[in-house]
Amino acid sequence: MADTFMSTAEAVQRYIRDGDQIALGGFTVSRNPMSITREIIRQKKKDLYLVVHSQGQALELLIGAGCVRRIELAYGGVARFAPTGYRFKKAFKEKTIEVEDYTNYQMTLRFLAGAMGLPFIATTAGLGTDITRISGFPKESRGKGKVPAHKLKIIKDPFDDSDVVALQPLHPDVTILHTQYAGEDGTIRIEGLSFADIEQARAARHVLISCEKVLPTEEIRRDPSKNCLPPFLVDAIIPTPLGAHPTACYRFYDYDPVHLNLFKKAAQDDGLFRRYLDEWVYPFETQGEYLEKVGREDLLRIQADPVRGYAPGLDRR
Amino acid sequence: MRPYTENEIMALCAGRLVQNGDILFAGTGLSMLAATVAKRIHAPEAVVFFETGGIDPSLDELPLAVGDSRVMTGASLNTGLAEALSFLGHPRLRVIAFLGAAQIDRYGNLNSTQLGSYENPIERFPGSGGACDAASLASGVIVFMKNEVKRFVRKLDYFTSPGWISGGDSRAKAGFRRGGPVAVVTDLGVMKFDETTREMYLSEYYSSTTPEAVAAATGFDLDISRARPAAEPTERELAVLRTQVDPQRLILGPPPQDVL
Repeated sequence: MADTFMSTAEAVQRYIRDGDQIALGGFTVSRNPMSITREIIRQKKKDLYLVVHSQGQALELLIGAGCVRRIELAYGGVARFAPTGYRFKKAFKEKTIEVEDYTNYQMTLRFLAGAMGLPFIATTAGLGTDITRISGFPKESRGKGKVPAHKLKIIKDPFDDSDVVALQPLHPDVTILHTQYAGEDGTIRIEGLSFADIEQARAARHVLISCEKVLPTEEIRRDPSKNCLPPFLVDAIIPTPLGAHPTACYRFYDYDPVHLNLFKKAAQDDGLFRRYLDEWVYPFETQGEYLEKVGREDLLRIQADPVRGYAPGLDRR
Repeated sequence: MRPYTENEIMALCAGRLVQNGDILFAGTGLSMLAATVAKRIHAPEAVVFFETGGIDPSLDELPLAVGDSRVMTGASLNTGLAEALSFLGHPRLRVIAFLGAAQIDRYGNLNSTQLGSYENPIERFPGSGGACDAASLASGVIVFMKNEVKRFVRKLDYFTSPGWISGGDSRAKAGFRRGGPVAVVTDLGVMKFDETTREMYLSEYYSSTTPEAVAAATGFDLDISRARPAAEPTERELAVLRTQVDPQRLILGPPPQDVL
């Protein structure tokens, strides 16, 4: 067993510091690293600087719990359960967090540029819009620590002199993912869409991964073309069944409409949200205790059909 | 009583704009219905893909989000954002993107970020996601909007996604190699854009309304001189939509008798 296997508490303690720049994997309602997110809240990490493309549930929870100082993002919402994340919306309007808007392609390209060691990366996406005209981070934050001096720059394409958007690469302090599999050797495998998880992991200084299942080394190496990260890029692996709950994990479970509706209600009210944290985040030291609270009935309902990858006929209202 | 709902005619009118062989960048909601109904009726070779990386999934159940596991099942390819978003601007593909927004102006520029000034926001929406990318890079964009004065505005509170920018050839001058909005499908009719000025005009209106009523529900001067009645949904279109595309009415919502 690789020595990167550890508990959630140990991984967060060892690798996440106040003020760190953190990339969250997954996408809106899928494969959010929820068990690690809850542990970050329990350990009361603060001033986090999130860098995401389209994030939903983990983003909402971290903002709501007061762990976040600033965000670079393209989209903050949990699909139909919160078309705009309620805690994100409130924090943006009340200016309790600093927000910089990008597009999904721009954020993805920035992770990719970070992963590939490129000095910058350019695209035409966003030319002429407020995304390339307006900067959301205040001047006094600019150029300090991980905050870049410029959001982006419009430069001339050196080959044909047209305008292009030049973007800076991202090098997050930590990237946090939830995946389906890890091998005993520390190799990582994602099934279904990878979103920008692989680029986010390859761009980061440290990588923390919770996974549904651990496979013997010989099994995960039998089909290496399915694997996406080598052991030497991963700092901590935490075997965590249902670690993305209440978001979905393809071929393992669907998103949990019952829980997401409950969260939707709680997220719209400060008092109810504090009670949500008291009820669903703070009390549980282990994933087992959390799952007991969620309950067998709920978990059976969202269990995925292994071929289709989701729970067919699930009541998703 | 009309034998169909607003959502039904919007999905069908948008679906009619799809050409066989188009590569469709779909969101969720009405765009899923438009793409799927077009595939089943007149564009069987159209391909649906999602910014998250799901390429041509079987869509046996409607996804509620572009990150839903339902966009992964039965797909030709499961990949990620980098690959999927790169298909938007691929020169060999005719890519049509479906987008929604909170505000639109006369040139089809979109706001999906916020209301109020950037310094003093009064409302916040999720943000661009891949919308600005699609509006920048795709061959064409079809927009879904509720036809309201507060949504069809003279000036966007925040300019998230590029349409025809300020009309004429301003889009090409801004640096975009192709694209621009093709149509805006609303709950009252279908808007298109003048070939020269790139200004929005009313192309078709539903039998529930009049061109004057559409103009009154639009916050800028709308050219209605070219407006004609939209073709009524055929029985086949409605049957395919209701029995094959969204039998649970997850996106369609209540059937006609409950609406009226």
